[in-house]
Amino acid sequence: MLDIYDFYDKMERNKIVLSFKGDITSELITSILQIMESKLDNLQEEPKIKKKVYNVLVECLQNLYHHTDEVAQTAIAMDNIAPRSAIFMIGKTGPEYTILTGNYILTENVGKLKDKLDKINLMDKEQLKEYYKETLSNDEFSEKGGGGLGMIDIARKSGQKLNYNFLAVENIYSFFSLNIKIS
Amino acid sequence: METLQIEGTPKTPSIKFDYHNALLEIKGRSIPENSIEFYKPLVDWLDKYSSAPKTNTNVNIQLEYFNTSSSKCILDVFKKLESIQKGGASHVVINWYYEADDEDMLEAGEDYQAIINVPFKMVQVEE
Repeated sequence: MLDIYDFYDKMERNKIVLSFKGDITSELITSILQIMESKLDNLQEEPKIKKKVYNVLVECLQNLYHHTDEVAQTAIAMDNIAPRSAIFMIGKTGPEYTILTGNYILTENVGKLKDKLDKINLMDKEQLKEYYKETLSNDEFSEKGGGGLGMIDIARKSGQKLNYNFLAVENIYSFFSLNIKIS
Repeated sequence: METLQIEGTPKTPSIKFDYHNALLEIKGRSIPENSIEFYKPLVDWLDKYSSAPKTNTNVNIQLEYFNTSSSKCILDVFKKLESIQKGGASHVVINWYYEADDEDMLEAGEDYQAIINVPFKMVQVEE
């Protein structure tokens, strides 16, 4: 049997405020945002921090939403079982918020994403601003409407490096995790 | 032309384009998962407007939050306005509202100002 106390204890020690594992749907995102907004209000967080946390949260959740769908589509096309669910957690240690996300991505897309994250992590504030404007004004627009701006925006709003990891799960899928800090 | 009116929801802003007064207002939050679908009626409306614009067109953007998916659509809306202005048929002004402590929203407005060739006014509002 699963040790529930073990889960509880780990989450408690990591100061987790909210966690979820499962399918990321549009309705779920709406609910999570409502819950987090009232939590941030209850904590009487400064409007500035509140807005940053909310903004980064929206981008993180919508990344999960768009990309788990992409993996699911491929799995269906290959008649495979879809590793559709994702995980995310929000923690708060002192004045600092942590947003953790984890999802499967296609292994063939790992290189491209890693290059993009490394490129972002080498940039300072001004360079990120330029990169954002350049990406915004080019005509590329993914079908989902993301247009590759999400990660740049997360880096700009959080003001910190994107801490990430890729885990090779099997040939087709890898597990991508992201750890964002906002303070 | 009819007035375009779209009610706001927790994830999408209210949109009103009053043809008589040539005033476009976008207010609230713009964080839908599919922003292309959401902004399509406005983009289509602007296409029609461009064939018979008023002498002055005023645009008020008063957003509390917007996601990156919306940011591309908002740029598309501004590009339409830019081409209306460029044709000389209408003088367009975009008023970009931001709350006093919201540097990110001010900066977002400045990003658009740098890309789009239409006069922008940055308007600070109290919370």
